[in-house]
Amino acid sequence: MARTIAFREALREAMSEEMRRDERVFLMGEEVAEYNGAYKVSQGMLAEFGPKRVIDTPIAELGFTAVGVGAAQNGLRPVVEFMTWNFAVLALDQILNTASKMLAMSGGQISCPIVFRGGNGSAGQLGAQHSTAFEALYANIPGIKVVSPSNPYDAKGLLKQAIRYEEDPVMFMESEQMYGDKMEVPEEEYYIELGKADVKRAGTDVTIVSFNKMMKVALGAAAELEKEGVSAEVIDLRSIRPLDWQTILESVKKTNRLVIVEEQWPFASVSSEIAYRIQKEGFDYLDAPIRRITAADAPLHYAPNLVAAALPNVERTVKIVKEVMYTKK
Amino acid sequence: MATKFSKETYLYWYELMQLIRQFELMAEEKYKMEGKIRGFFHAYVGQEAIAAGCMTATRAEDLFITAYRDHGLALAKGISADSCMAELYGKATGCAKGKGGSMHFFGKKENFYGGHGIVGAQIGTGTGLAFAEKYRGTDNVVLCYFGDGAARQGILHESFNLAMLWKLPVIYICENNNYAMGTSVERTSNVTDIYKLADAYEMPADMFDGMSAETVHEGISRAVKRAREGGGPTLIEIKTYRYKGHSISDPQKYRTKEEVEEYRSKDPIAQVMHTILENKFATEEDLKVIDERIDAVVNNSVKFAEESPWPDDSEVLKDIYVDQNYPFIVD
Ligand SMILES: Cc1ncc(C[n+]2csc(CCOP(=O)(O)OP(=O)(O)O)c2C)c(N)n1
Ligand SMILES: [Mg+2]
Repeated sequence: MARTIAFREALREAMSEEMRRDERVFLMGEEVAEYNGAYKVSQGMLAEFGPKRVIDTPIAELGFTAVGVGAAQNGLRPVVEFMTWNFAVLALDQILNTASKMLAMSGGQISCPIVFRGGNGSAGQLGAQHSTAFEALYANIPGIKVVSPSNPYDAKGLLKQAIRYEEDPVMFMESEQMYGDKMEVPEEEYYIELGKADVKRAGTDVTIVSFNKMMKVALGAAAELEKEGVSAEVIDLRSIRPLDWQTILESVKKTNRLVIVEEQWPFASVSSEIAYRIQKEGFDYLDAPIRRITAADAPLHYAPNLVAAALPNVERTVKIVKEVMYTKK
Repeated sequence: MATKFSKETYLYWYELMQLIRQFELMAEEKYKMEGKIRGFFHAYVGQEAIAAGCMTATRAEDLFITAYRDHGLALAKGISADSCMAELYGKATGCAKGKGGSMHFFGKKENFYGGHGIVGAQIGTGTGLAFAEKYRGTDNVVLCYFGDGAARQGILHESFNLAMLWKLPVIYICENNNYAMGTSVERTSNVTDIYKLADAYEMPADMFDGMSAETVHEGISRAVKRAREGGGPTLIEIKTYRYKGHSISDPQKYRTKEEVEEYRSKDPIAQVMHTILENKFATEEDLKVIDERIDAVVNNSVKFAEESPWPDDSEVLKDIYVDQNYPFIVD
């Protein structure tokens, strides 16, 4: 039986189901308990699980992240919420220097099964310090996994998988702008393996790869292109690290053209990595240069027109696709 | 009954606090009713006496740095209502060219160093501003503001230690409005008297009422004197209150209406007004003239913001590097 729920509810169900199953799982973060979540993801969880397992922290990202990392090494399975990933930068030391390296440094003795999650990327006119998309930055780090879902169904299955089955640190990146998105999600439990991209729309002429809320741009562009007789295949990465380049390659073998849409800054971004991998593994299949639409090579400014000019959109994506199709207009 | 300060001081406080309050009430209306202002918007309403008292206790050359709840201090430092309103609108004429928005007001000329969105970050940055003043041999001081929530960030401790070690001319001002979003001070620490955090570093500390511009002036003056004379930093906890929610979107379920009313009854503007009238520094008519002047300034700022142009789209890649020839990646 499926019913329609919002993204935030899908995340809540994933956490709650896993917490019911496993005593070792707990949720910690700013405003997660009494306030019911800054974005209401954890609404009602304090009431169900009590203050031992749904824990409000002071504003001390480095400190509570460290507590999570330590607890994960010592037999627990923490879920740590960052109000947004922008604030996780304060805790990067614990993630990069400790969590990601524990297993290596200890010669395989000590692992760190922990999930960090929260909103990521821009969310309107929030200014430079609240608008960074961090997938590429974290994906650069060996020892951790990076997940960035685009819809409630995927989010639930991936988060459940991360909490229950992943023994390594997982960075789970959501979007404040998607928390209200609704979709049919089964009532029965399900899990989605990390590291598997998903073809969200089949097509034959060009492959468009994206993830997180930029999937809306990718799918929007595909719909526009269809009107003009161009059949775009749209792939949702879902996991950034590990990166399922094989699924992209299979698609490119068919379409011979690849366009990537992402909200990262361009330098050493997810698209950079994909472009490298596909030219290496699929050079003979490409009929055009791989192209991308990224965020501008700059912090995001506040003014509405500057936000619009800096972020990928359907129009720019359609234009780039037409360029790789070598169609005029 | 003699007053502690001159007639001019009280009238200055009244006018400044009215400017801040009316500016913000107008901006909030433009946000809620007309959607002309977007993003996060954190009002200073209720906390104005801190700006007022700090202004008369310092000189124009002294630096201010604060968090995202920055409209009041920016206006106090003399950034014009026009450029502040234009910034909220995201216009090219704003105090950050429409690039910062509500949380990121800046005015280098006015010695206002922002406007910071990462809770606690400015505690460290403000310490660095003070380092530079000492290094250059000035006797300027830095007023470094942060909230009660920010007091729980680790950077506070590193900064306090460095500032004491190097006797930096910085005054750490914790504007304790009792809440960090929905979290009250008691829920964030075993130590709820924030000024006591100075003890670990043997830093002088003080704590007082922030609803009175007089008290703020006196307390800040003591710390400023010490800092100017090379005596180093002070931590000051100022008890204040925000009448509005944390930001415009806050439903405020964590506090009662009675609690808000209790603080409103100690309103800082009403207090100063009372002193002015009591001592016949001005008549109600005179104050009305001031109010009308403020209304005109605020209304003009709206007009100015509405008539100002948007930043040009090319501004996306401007002000990123000082280097004018920086080769941006453009696909
Ligand atoms: C590092 C960081 N963590 C979390 C946030 C989200 N946040 C913004 S304001 C705020 C509350 C801060 O409260 P306080 O320091 O008391 O200042 P006030 O808002 O009361 O002025 C939080 C948690 C942030 N901006 N930065
Ligand atoms: Mg506060």
